[in-house]
Amino acid sequence: MTASEDGRGASLSSGAAPPALELIGIEKWFGTVHANSNVSVRIAPGTIHGIIGENGAGKSTLMSIVYGYYQADNGEILVNGQSTNIKGPQHAIASGIGMVHQHFMLVDTFTVLENIVLGVESGRMLAPSLAAARGELERLERDYNLEVDPDAIVGELPVGVQQRVEILKALYRGADILILDEPTGVLTPQEVDHLFRILAALREQGKTIILITHKLREIMALTDDVTVMRGGEVVAQVKTTETSREKLAALMVGRTVLLRVEKGEAHPGTALLEVEDLSVNDRSGLPRVKNVSFSVRSGEIVGIAGVAGNGQSELLEALAGILQPQSGHIRIKGEEISGTTARGARNVRAAGVGHVPEDRQRMGLITSFEANESGILGYHRDRKYNSAILMKHAAAVADVGRQMKEYDVRPPLPRLRTGAFSGGNQQKIVLGREMDRDPDVLLVGQPTRGVDIGAIEFIHRRLIAMRDSGKAVLLVSVELDEIMSLSDRILVMFNGEIVGEVVGSDADEQALGLMMAGERQAQPQAAEGREIS
Amino acid sequence: MKGLGAPIEAPRWVTHALVPLINLALALFVSGLLILALGEDPFEAISILAHGAFGYPEAIGYTLYYTTNFIFTGLAVAMAFHCYLFNIGGEGQAYLGGLGAGLVALAIGDWPAPIVLIAGILAAALFGGIWGFIPGWLQAKRGSHIVITTIMFNFIAAILMTYLMVDIFIEPGQQAAESRKFESGAFLPRVHDILAAIGINAGHSNLNLSFVLALICSVLFWFFVWRTRWGYEIRTIGQNESAGVYGGILPSRTIMVAMCISGGLAGLVGVNEILGVHHRLLLEFTAGFGFAGIAVALMGRNHPIGIFFAALLFGALYQGGNDLAFDMPSIKREMVVVIQGLVILFSGALENMFRPRIEALFTRRARSEPVAAE
Repeated sequence: MTASEDGRGASLSSGAAPPALELIGIEKWFGTVHANSNVSVRIAPGTIHGIIGENGAGKSTLMSIVYGYYQADNGEILVNGQSTNIKGPQHAIASGIGMVHQHFMLVDTFTVLENIVLGVESGRMLAPSLAAARGELERLERDYNLEVDPDAIVGELPVGVQQRVEILKALYRGADILILDEPTGVLTPQEVDHLFRILAALREQGKTIILITHKLREIMALTDDVTVMRGGEVVAQVKTTETSREKLAALMVGRTVLLRVEKGEAHPGTALLEVEDLSVNDRSGLPRVKNVSFSVRSGEIVGIAGVAGNGQSELLEALAGILQPQSGHIRIKGEEISGTTARGARNVRAAGVGHVPEDRQRMGLITSFEANESGILGYHRDRKYNSAILMKHAAAVADVGRQMKEYDVRPPLPRLRTGAFSGGNQQKIVLGREMDRDPDVLLVGQPTRGVDIGAIEFIHRRLIAMRDSGKAVLLVSVELDEIMSLSDRILVMFNGEIVGEVVGSDADEQALGLMMAGERQAQPQAAEGREIS
Repeated sequence: MKGLGAPIEAPRWVTHALVPLINLALALFVSGLLILALGEDPFEAISILAHGAFGYPEAIGYTLYYTTNFIFTGLAVAMAFHCYLFNIGGEGQAYLGGLGAGLVALAIGDWPAPIVLIAGILAAALFGGIWGFIPGWLQAKRGSHIVITTIMFNFIAAILMTYLMVDIFIEPGQQAAESRKFESGAFLPRVHDILAAIGINAGHSNLNLSFVLALICSVLFWFFVWRTRWGYEIRTIGQNESAGVYGGILPSRTIMVAMCISGGLAGLVGVNEILGVHHRLLLEFTAGFGFAGIAVALMGRNHPIGIFFAALLFGALYQGGNDLAFDMPSIKREMVVVIQGLVILFSGALENMFRPRIEALFTRRARSEPVAAE
């Protein structure tokens, strides 16, 4: 179905004003991949327009075309009714389009003001530009409730504030259309609230906002209209008030999806993983985990919630034998493993621990290897893959091929290069490898980061199945939804310490959010109203 | 979903054959322009070069003799590169390899020939291996950058050899810094002698059994890198060190193993030169083969088959270039080095200039149909 046929144009455009941005029949190919197929979207001025879709649905490609990173192979872009040929980001900025990237484009050692002026300085000397910018900035901050100190060093600001700097940068360059690419991935719930208030204020002032996300609750809470993409095509464009999370999810995936994980009662047994007074420094020697103690019993999933960068990653790597702890004890099935020095990860694996690392591309896989080679990483010395000197290549291919079928990797071709698989399928290769050995303890980091909704459902079911077969599962995720729906117990980490523990079924997002922001447990405080369902 | 997740890579023959051939053709084209500027006929020059490299039995023998050295140093650079280490020290490792082979020949040259030769080959690999291992150890344990240390080790090797040759191994009463000639048991048989023994009359050349050793090493190289757990670990550390650590592989040990094998392969140049040709220890027999190995590995894409063809090309340029300098007086030996340099420039340094475009040509062909259908 093409968007231009379904007649929603009339319902969207408010009277005579031309759409702020209109895309007509956009086509984009990457090699044999049809990333955008006849995409037509109309975005009314002064609205917040959500674009949702799974990974690979083509939404980032589409926005990259709008911002000039790519050229469309075919199709037309109209800005305020004017046909515009956007040749590059500079050109997009000149046309009044600004973009806030998922990964910020800021110079950490510069002040906020310097970052904002960077690239648009006028004249040879810096001082006049900075002075002019300061006045403009104060006006912008006042108008939009942005609360940023222009003289603060960017690297020292919290992530949420850095994001506001990015927004200011775009506004300072005269953006009337603001594109935000997955803006909430790194924010606490409170920071998300603040961002939403800013976006609402921008809309009041007549700015047009395009929000790219895969989080349905954000779409429902904030947007006026929503465009759903799947497989490079627009499958629907609707008013937000006329749809629901369930309907949108079904449109994204192409079938009905269970948003809640079905799970029964947990039956925890003995502690399989015990952590006592553990302290870990990161590679640059900074203390990241401070005297943490907890245990994970058989038959339960313990979730660790927290904003990224509060020590969860280092904790997970220390448990997996990758980082050497400074002090403390780690026991697997009662056996001490923290004293081992070299070959940490090998010993930990031998003790019956599986580890799905947080970043599959950086750590879990070798993208240039064939899938069968990535699929034996960490187990490549096992007897079943080796004879005295040569490896049993055929055994690895057969074994990984079987895992790929069991874990629904598409396409299930063990000879294909690992990097040729999509993110969700790469993740299933890692999961298959780590779960196939039937480990007693499974350490899981960000199991569904960048994974399609359909695959998320599958991965969650597998994790529950692990739990039900009497394994101990430790789950680290920055997705609060995921932690809340999977965990039997939730530990909250802030600044390297565990600041609270909640039973999974009693978890309350507000309370967790406050703990994630550093508030100690047991002070339930009424946060300002959030109209998020 | 239209082919999402499917590979969008150019066909293998494009990457592995067409692109190198185009690069080579461009290098020859620019060389032709230079020869034209010197007032000579480029086509004649090329034909002299080709004839000098392959035109008669002696020429083929010499071409393969040079090819042998390039295979060893090419494999050496490739081995280190699979661990993402840039081993610039092939020159020094080859030098030390020759020292190892020569020491064995001087010490036990009167023993039965097979024992001397096998011991000589092992000593060459061992000495070269040690000369690769030390920078590897410094990289793994001290973080000293491998590029810097291997370059310095070339100088150390040169100074060490000069000292040894001038002060210790020099034949008494001689001016040249050369050792005494080995006993004939330490001579690695030449191919034309072997062929003569079975009644085939081949042209006399320096080609010796080291060539067979180079081919054996190429096959073993493939099995080692792609079919053993040690090769797997080297490639893993080379491609993604974090993933290696995650998989329980020790980067430091892997780096040392890779550099040791790399140095050992380069050291085998010493077998070809010292046991195969000169039959005595002498100075400067490595003649830049170690450095050329970088270009060979680059052009051969770190794969033994590619390295074989790249080494053959360099061997042909080396041998054919000698004839060219002889037959065309206005083209000096230096001009031949310039041609080699152009080949390195186009197939190595500028490789990525054309490759993406050529590959895109072949991936675009696949997509042009659906676009046209719109």
